[in-house]
Amino acid sequence: MFAFIISRILQALPVLFAVALISFAMFAYVGDPVAIMLGQDFTEAQRDQLIRDLGLDQPFWVQFATFLGNAVQGEFGLSYRLSRPVAELIAERAPATLELAFTAAALALAVGVPMGVYTGLHRNSWLSRLFLTFSLIGVSLPTFLIGILLILVFAVWLGWLPSFGRGETVQIGGWSTGLLTVSGLKALILPAITLGLFQLTLIMRLVRAEMLEVLRTDYIKFARARGLPNRVVHFGHALKNTLVPVITIVGLQLGAIIAFAIVTETVFQWPGMGLLFIQSVGAADIPVMGAYLLLIAVVFVTINLIVDLLYYAVDPRLRIGRGQGGH
Amino acid sequence: MRKLLLAAALAGSLGAGWAEARTVRWAAAGDPNTMDPHSQNLGTVTMVLQQIYDALISRTQDLGLAPGLATRWEQQEPNRWRFWLRAGVRFHEGQPFTADDVVFSIGRAQQPTSNYGIFVDTIERAVAVEPPVVDIITRVPDPILPNKIASLYIMSRSWAEQHNATRPQDTRNRQEMHTVRATNGTGAFRLQTREPDVRTVLVRNNDWWGWSEPESRESNITEIVYRPISSDATRIAALLSGEVDFVLDPPLQDLNRLRQAQGIRVLEGPEVRTIFLAMDVHRDRLLYSDVTDRNPLKDLRVRRALYHAIDIQAIHRTTMRGQSVVTGTFFPPQVNGYSREEDVRLPYDPARARALLAEAGFPNGFGITLDCPNNRYINDEQICQAIVAMWARVGVRAQLNAMPLGPFFQKIQREDTSIYLLGWGVPTLDALYSFQSLLRTRDGGPGNGIWNYGRYSNPRMDELIVRMQTQSGEARMEAIREALRIYREDVPHIPLHHQMIPWAMRANFQIPHMANNQPYFRWARMN
Repeated sequence: MFAFIISRILQALPVLFAVALISFAMFAYVGDPVAIMLGQDFTEAQRDQLIRDLGLDQPFWVQFATFLGNAVQGEFGLSYRLSRPVAELIAERAPATLELAFTAAALALAVGVPMGVYTGLHRNSWLSRLFLTFSLIGVSLPTFLIGILLILVFAVWLGWLPSFGRGETVQIGGWSTGLLTVSGLKALILPAITLGLFQLTLIMRLVRAEMLEVLRTDYIKFARARGLPNRVVHFGHALKNTLVPVITIVGLQLGAIIAFAIVTETVFQWPGMGLLFIQSVGAADIPVMGAYLLLIAVVFVTINLIVDLLYYAVDPRLRIGRGQGGH
Repeated sequence: MRKLLLAAALAGSLGAGWAEARTVRWAAAGDPNTMDPHSQNLGTVTMVLQQIYDALISRTQDLGLAPGLATRWEQQEPNRWRFWLRAGVRFHEGQPFTADDVVFSIGRAQQPTSNYGIFVDTIERAVAVEPPVVDIITRVPDPILPNKIASLYIMSRSWAEQHNATRPQDTRNRQEMHTVRATNGTGAFRLQTREPDVRTVLVRNNDWWGWSEPESRESNITEIVYRPISSDATRIAALLSGEVDFVLDPPLQDLNRLRQAQGIRVLEGPEVRTIFLAMDVHRDRLLYSDVTDRNPLKDLRVRRALYHAIDIQAIHRTTMRGQSVVTGTFFPPQVNGYSREEDVRLPYDPARARALLAEAGFPNGFGITLDCPNNRYINDEQICQAIVAMWARVGVRAQLNAMPLGPFFQKIQREDTSIYLLGWGVPTLDALYSFQSLLRTRDGGPGNGIWNYGRYSNPRMDELIVRMQTQSGEARMEAIREALRIYREDVPHIPLHHQMIPWAMRANFQIPHMANNQPYFRWARMN
């Protein structure tokens, strides 16, 4: 187990290096931070001075090595756009994104799994058909459109929920949370639905398909033959066996939710890392973009590792296989 | 104790002529990058900072000059302006305002890391003559110094030194400067909360010297909450749902809907920003053209042909939906030096354009690439699309290269372009700034031709610009008029229009529309 974790971490290092290298190489095309920082009026001397100060006169490899060396020490420099330390900026925005992402994921699971089980068990009921139709909408409508529709209905027409922002937040240590105030919770509803809807429908359809598959297997027939109650058959045996693919998908999707909360955050002006990233792209703020992309790579690698470990917990066959040195 | 404070606050507020707390919540797409008054000279920064900081001279509602921290000023010698300072003013943190703060602020804006250099470029030094008088000595006679000084915010020397912020920004140091998030001005409002990209809260400074002025006496705003909302649709939804009272930059496509919405008002007015095409008139061959033996844009007839081919009324009507002021020159009437007689376009005349092209040796037109930003000016890309179609009708095969502002400005600043669309604002509100930056020969002198990426060069124009810098009165106006005439005859640019900027607000909020696109909450009222 320990050796497994170590080997996965070693495998992650080249991935992180590649992400750093590729993103750094792309920065050359996002625009000129110097031009943006200097504004409309400057002299050539001012321009040269700034280029030297930022180290942009160095060759690519020297710049990249400096970036990597600093990144290893957790030092990402000063944002060009906001003149503030990048690590501090990201730490400030992370709680907003994480709260949103986990709420969306929890919502997707809490609603998607029961809906999937229901539609799997009662294939022909009208409610199942309704769920399936609804899931088509969730899969096919783009996120920004869902967000704008929700804003139109719940903020503009009904006036129940705020259309943007995070509401009142409470500071607990270095973490600012919106979960402890009424306005914070109200502000969370629409973005969480927007961000989680696609995942919700995905999970529902996945659970449904897996349920249909499992219910046809012999051991379910055998369980029924033994006279076990429906509840035990459905939830104790059938559902548990559908969970391996669901965990994989949920795990990978959680990474995606964090990384691609960008659109939802932009629509709802949610002050998280995605919004920070988009604004940094607009200003060619290389230190922030570099740090963000690295962080997202770390998130994906970590989630993959956790998913692998969860397999062990859910599927006993993997444990045995590993124990015998098999594969 | 608390009751006592409350009573005192209440008495104070009644004395000041307003009875209850009025909060205005407003939004725009971008958030200020910094709270430093001499670092970034951007509209998104100054729209907040000018509520907090005063300059020696302030602006009136039609952008004229009015007393600010100085009560009067005078050009006593060609190279020396004298300013008499207002007495009894204090900064928000209590420091008294002195002549030394003026000297310090000018020096701070002259640091290389300041973007406010253009406002202090002619100043050799400032001298505190006696406590309430400051002399500004210029290297050359500067007739428009007051116009520039009106954009220079005054900060406290002792406060800046205390917080180690005597320079506007420090790109080498990895530390955050105190002034990035803290302010200490003398203005009508002081900063209470600053959460970058989330919210900026200002509260009324009851001690402000200007509350007794006639324009601001009626203002009842006690708190200003600014929250950036970058998505257009969400910003408008927040206005319609009543979560914000005022939107500085409503998108054009929503204006009709907003005008019809209940309880919403749209204020429309001109902006001091002109959109035009500039082009490479220097190289012997264009970088992006199918003409390989010469540069067609060096030929006045070709430039005139491209100008004649543009149906500006169609762009005004369709692309801009009526929200533009068509022009034949490159700065609007609010700018000192504007001349109605010189604001005349070459008429839309495709036949004449074709004839001119044929005369210049291009009977079948030619190919060229038009560089255009797609997120900087109102409908910038659509304007370029329209122009490409109009040129096609006279045989000019233009290829549109539209890109976001980052790469766009990088490209044109390397002069890696043949013809491009540019929008030009005039922060000094004086013609010199536009002439010097856009049309003066790029000779390396400070400010000379720094935005002249087509390398237009005309010795007579350079001479006239020098006269604008040094002469005053009628002689100076004469120089500007002649330069405008040369602009019309030489066609270094193809002017298009001045931008209009609509503001949208709830019907119970009132604020005067300003051509510099800056809200002045000291003149606002909430009913």
